[in-house]
Amino acid sequence: MAFYRSQVLICGGTGCTSSDSMKILEKFHEEVKKNNLEEEIEIVRTGCFGLCELGPVVIVYPEGAFYSRVQVSDVEEIVAEHLIKGRPVTRLLYTESVEEGRIKSLNETGFYKKQERIALRNCGVIDPENIDEYIAVDGYKALAKVLTTMTPEQVIEEVKKSGLRGRGGGGFPTGLKWEFTAKSKADQKYVLCNADEGDPGAFMDRSVLEGDPHSVLEAMAIAGYAIGANQGYIYVRAEYPIAVERLKVAIKQAREYGLLGKNIFGTGFSFDVEIRLGAGAFVCGEETALMNSIEGRRGMPNPKPPFPAQSGLWEKPTLINNVETYANVPAIIVRGADWFASKGTEKSKGTKVFALGGKITNTGLVEVPMGISLREVIYEIGGGIPNGKKFKAVQTGGPSGGCLTEEHLDTPIEYDTLTALGSMMGSGGMIVMDEDNCMVDVARFYLDFTRDESCGKCTPCRIGTKRMLEILDRIVEGKGTLEDLDKLEELGNQIKAASLCGLGQTAPNPVLSTLKHFRHEYEAHVIDKKCPAGVCQALLQYTIIEEKCKGCSLCARQCPVNAISGQVKNPYVIDQDKCIKCGACLDKCPFKAIVKK
Amino acid sequence: MKSIQELEEIRKRTLDRVNQRTDRTTTRIVVGMATCGIAAGARPVLLAIMEEVEKLGLSDVTVAQTGCIGLCKMEPIVEVIRPGEKKVTYVKMDADKARRIVNEHVVGGKVVDEYTLHIVQGKMLNDYKVEKE
Ligand SMILES: Cc1cc2nc3c(=O)[nH]c(=O)nc-3n(C[C@H](O)[C@H](O)[C@H](O)COP(=O)(O)O)c2cc1C
Ligand code: SF4
Ligand code: SF4
Ligand code: FES
Repeated sequence: MAFYRSQVLICGGTGCTSSDSMKILEKFHEEVKKNNLEEEIEIVRTGCFGLCELGPVVIVYPEGAFYSRVQVSDVEEIVAEHLIKGRPVTRLLYTESVEEGRIKSLNETGFYKKQERIALRNCGVIDPENIDEYIAVDGYKALAKVLTTMTPEQVIEEVKKSGLRGRGGGGFPTGLKWEFTAKSKADQKYVLCNADEGDPGAFMDRSVLEGDPHSVLEAMAIAGYAIGANQGYIYVRAEYPIAVERLKVAIKQAREYGLLGKNIFGTGFSFDVEIRLGAGAFVCGEETALMNSIEGRRGMPNPKPPFPAQSGLWEKPTLINNVETYANVPAIIVRGADWFASKGTEKSKGTKVFALGGKITNTGLVEVPMGISLREVIYEIGGGIPNGKKFKAVQTGGPSGGCLTEEHLDTPIEYDTLTALGSMMGSGGMIVMDEDNCMVDVARFYLDFTRDESCGKCTPCRIGTKRMLEILDRIVEGKGTLEDLDKLEELGNQIKAASLCGLGQTAPNPVLSTLKHFRHEYEAHVIDKKCPAGVCQALLQYTIIEEKCKGCSLCARQCPVNAISGQVKNPYVIDQDKCIKCGACLDKCPFKAIVKK
Repeated sequence: MKSIQELEEIRKRTLDRVNQRTDRTTTRIVVGMATCGIAAGARPVLLAIMEEVEKLGLSDVTVAQTGCIGLCKMEPIVEVIRPGEKKVTYVKMDADKARRIVNEHVVGGKVVDEYTLHIVQGKMLNDYKVEKE
């Protein structure tokens, strides 16, 4: 492997290419060769940096010198001055603001500054497999405080006062749930932790378990004390091997320290936790299905009532909360309910963790105060849409949620506002879509998922989702009709009304919300037989723009089915009957004469 | 654990290890080892750091794994906190880069700037994709 002393990155994104970055690239190669620097300097063509308005963009590493609006005529100077003499060409350097350039710590970035970490407070800070490190950051202090200075009623009162609501999707007030379970009379009660996390694209709970497993164990013991239970179970999917391993280590260490087990802190209170592995069915995240699965039955939901608080696991009163919900509890006890309640909005307190994904620059895991706007999350923390593309929609709530559009960007993120707009908070998946996403295709993806994951107990969910999917399949193949759109709506509403569990009750949401906000895209598919985003294969046509085609024949040689014909130096044409829409010709044309639409 | 005193003792004894502030007395190197980090190649990075620290016989340096730091696309991430200095975040690490950090930063006290984050207009630029020509 060659060791280069410098790297020149030249943006090959659409924006920069249209302002001649490829000529700049050639010129760099030329100059580097002329000066015999080929062994020392590497020239790299990169994808879009998302800074198209400053393009063409050239960056020279290791300094990270950022040149903006570079012209071909500047290249000679950059090579002579910067690469040979080591003096950056200041005239071309983009003047960076204070927070910019080379920064030392992630904590200085906009990505971090807007965040507030409560549930993730220890993730990325402590060693999850070392209980001493957890104790060093006030771990198990909340349990000690609760066991030695508070009554169960006071604990419940504190959680109620904090305003904490369930982070698993439903948003039910946590303190109330604890109170109901505490009030149920029984010889045995259980504390459950829901770590099934079946929402595609979500990994908040996995991150908590992998980064801070003790916070969940501590919270479960606190909950056990509050409701009068001495046994807890964590239901976690077997597809999370690292999380499971870390949990095992944590449970073992906590037992060795006597922080789980009998007579904790000599107070007479006993509590232990065991792991139960799930096979990864989405419906097993539903609380009654989850309990059936633990009991060894098929993971299928039961009607409610009875609620788990009255009759849950093995028909005993059971408290079930989500991983992230629990992770907040020790912080609330140590720092006080008022501290927690001072964050967020009136009805949604504290923070929420989101897994940012899709067409967004900074994909990753973020924790933000409730009430922050979607715009702040997507643009200030997420860094906006890459490749200079236009924002189209954001999907929250996973397969149960819906899509929000440009006009909703300033909406505060809260349980109730999101629900009112036809989406939901959900467990925290946040997928951003740009102009290249077809909303019909997106809705189809989620419905395909729920159709697949339906447990089959109720007919509306089992067969209804299948029928809706068939209609969507027709639409993306260009065989849909306007009546199909009404049918989708009617069927969707019936499935929502007639299904037993949350899966069926929310499965139509992605379709209904896109029908509401993006009806024009559906109409384009059924009336004009076009997919405006250029995604649905059956509705696409590859054509050659006559004026741009120079007749070089490159595309014709590429086509696997000989669909392209013409005379050299004359415009070529694609025979639509023969074309199989493989797209092979598109990238080959050096003059960008082939379009897909 | 019999008592809260014991808990407090462990806390005091371990506090310096995890102290994120500049008043710590030892150097701490953490490697993001959640699923995202491991998938991006954090394991060899952690091993390389442990080997290098051992080889150089560094005392007063703790090497620890940690959970998800949040910026999954920049993994493997390594963070170094030296006494009296602010935390430094290194991104897109590999074993060779990690060894350099142990030698130049942890031992030599000089931050290896080229592996830190590079930000322009609020965008992090270290994750450029190389395009095939
Ligand atoms: C189909 C379906 C899947 C669910 N999946 C999860 C899940 O993966 N994790 C979770 O915590 N809650 C999930 N829930 C919600 C649980 O039923 C339950 O409300 C939650 O665990 C309660 O905890 P919380 O109040 O702390 O949010 C799901 C619900 C439904 C209907
Ligand atoms: S709504 Fe669907 S997933 Fe839920 S119980 Fe009925 S069939 Fe099963
Ligand atoms: S899309 Fe494929 S099949 Fe159609 S003309 Fe281009 S190369 Fe030929
Ligand atoms: S195309 Fe170069 S920065 Fe976007």
